[in-house]
Amino acid sequence: MSNKIFAAVTIAVALVLAAVTQLIPNEYFFSAAYTVLLFVILATAWNILGGYTGYVNFGSAAFFAIGAYTTVFLYNAFKAPLAVGIVAGTLVAGLAGLGLGYLTLRLRGVFFAIASLALAVVLYIFVVNWDYVGGARGAYVIQPREIPFGLPRYIHLIYAVQLVMAAFALVVARAIEKSTLGRGLAAIRDDELAAECSGVPTLKLKIFSTMASCALMGMAGTTFPYYLSYIEPSSAFSLSYAVNSIAMPLIGGMMSWMGPLIGAVLLGSVQQLVQVTVSSAWNLLIVGVLLVLFVTLAPNGIMGWVDAWRRRKGR
Amino acid sequence: MMADMLLEVRGVTKRFGGFTALENVDFVVRPGERVGLIGPNGSGKSTLVNCIAGTLRNEEGSIRFEGEEICGHAAHRRIRMGLARSFQIPKPFASMTVLDNLCVPLLYAARRHERLAPGRIVEEALRILGQVGLAGRARAMSGGLTQVDMRKLELARAMAAKPKLLISDEAMAGLSASEVDDVLALLSGLKEQGVAVIMIEHVMRAVMKFSERIAVLVAGRKIADGDPQSVVGNAEVVRAYLGE
Repeated sequence: MSNKIFAAVTIAVALVLAAVTQLIPNEYFFSAAYTVLLFVILATAWNILGGYTGYVNFGSAAFFAIGAYTTVFLYNAFKAPLAVGIVAGTLVAGLAGLGLGYLTLRLRGVFFAIASLALAVVLYIFVVNWDYVGGARGAYVIQPREIPFGLPRYIHLIYAVQLVMAAFALVVARAIEKSTLGRGLAAIRDDELAAECSGVPTLKLKIFSTMASCALMGMAGTTFPYYLSYIEPSSAFSLSYAVNSIAMPLIGGMMSWMGPLIGAVLLGSVQQLVQVTVSSAWNLLIVGVLLVLFVTLAPNGIMGWVDAWRRRKGR
Repeated sequence: MMADMLLEVRGVTKRFGGFTALENVDFVVRPGERVGLIGPNGSGKSTLVNCIAGTLRNEEGSIRFEGEEICGHAAHRRIRMGLARSFQIPKPFASMTVLDNLCVPLLYAARRHERLAPGRIVEEALRILGQVGLAGRARAMSGGLTQVDMRKLELARAMAAKPKLLISDEAMAGLSASEVDDVLALLSGLKEQGVAVIMIEHVMRAVMKFSERIAVLVAGRKIADGDPQSVVGNAEVVRAYLGE
């Protein structure tokens, strides 16, 4: 399927789904679905750098928070509408990704991971001490009174927006994966030196991949302040974003765009279910247990397992 | 004079801390020439290859390719100019099929100067795999190949970049006598396409049969450079290999 057709189909499906699900009477559905979709974007974004290129980013929460705090900043400064926040947050996070890439991509493996984690800590401290966006107290973002399309509550809109953004993230990830660029990234992941000696401009490709990955993470965060009407640093920089955005592609499979989607829907839904039926404190424990299970039983994730099964069947 | 040379290495020195791996090495290759590069283990052959290919930076000296100074160029730029190398320890792209391994240099290096249409990439990859005798393994995952097949893949991937100069770093280690002959025929065939080859090898039979000229490195210095018969008769070379 060509990229254009895939994009058209995916966005159309997202729009139809967003419209049809508005009929669901249960308010909680929208809140839970918003969170799952948020993880779909984060996992898909993480996988562009982590899965395709082989660089583990532990700083997902930082880029998510950059998106969220760009919205807060623009809201405080100009009462900017959500759409402006989305575009600006994506761009700012992309620029931050460019910076991270330029400064750290000469580091390999675990050193890059530590550098990305350090960036998250630095940004956290920066935001805690930046009074304009609320500092450690946090900031309120008032949901607009008028909701477009005649939707009953603002969460309905945020959910629909997040659904379309998730579709957009999937389109971007798939386009990268299927392109010449994707092949170059895979070569870097497998053997960076051999890739460079096969003509792949490794530094340029790594910086691009970091930028795209971080921009999408930022995009995921832009709607977040409106979701709760309130944001504070420790929730925006929460460990659960960093952990989940790694765990979900690992469980779903890191080789294709479908893996993070499957992982995020599966893990995100289980977490939401446990949150209401058992306790919210169990969330990360479940991620941990599933991660251990998958690493031992299906190290290439669900998609890897499906691929292996297909190959066996094809023989 | 200069434009006659495909590769021109002048006064190259490479140090690792206090250890001098290459000392003031001069080395030239003419277009289409077949050069053997020999020397005992640790003599600096691979270091020289790495400096030429751009995976190591030399501290002193100049390296020119087709008259252009390439010392400041990243490795990927050098291969795009037509300077390909294979690795001594095979480095396959393990998550890809054998065919896809060849598509990487075809897409990123060869397409630049060969103007290959996108539709012809796979066809061309299959043709090269046929040449090295890996056509039957095209759809296999490259991580699962035998050592021998990985060496062939390593060579095929370098060939897929459509180089003007191919540096083969011990492509024959561990191959059987008939396989050595296969690889030799393959490398010799490149001459007809106008490709110059630097062959680094311990299999002396192969080097002698293949090379029009042999250069000898010992302890980071070039001690001999000339036609194969005179080089192996050279007293200093004999001393380096066999001792006093």
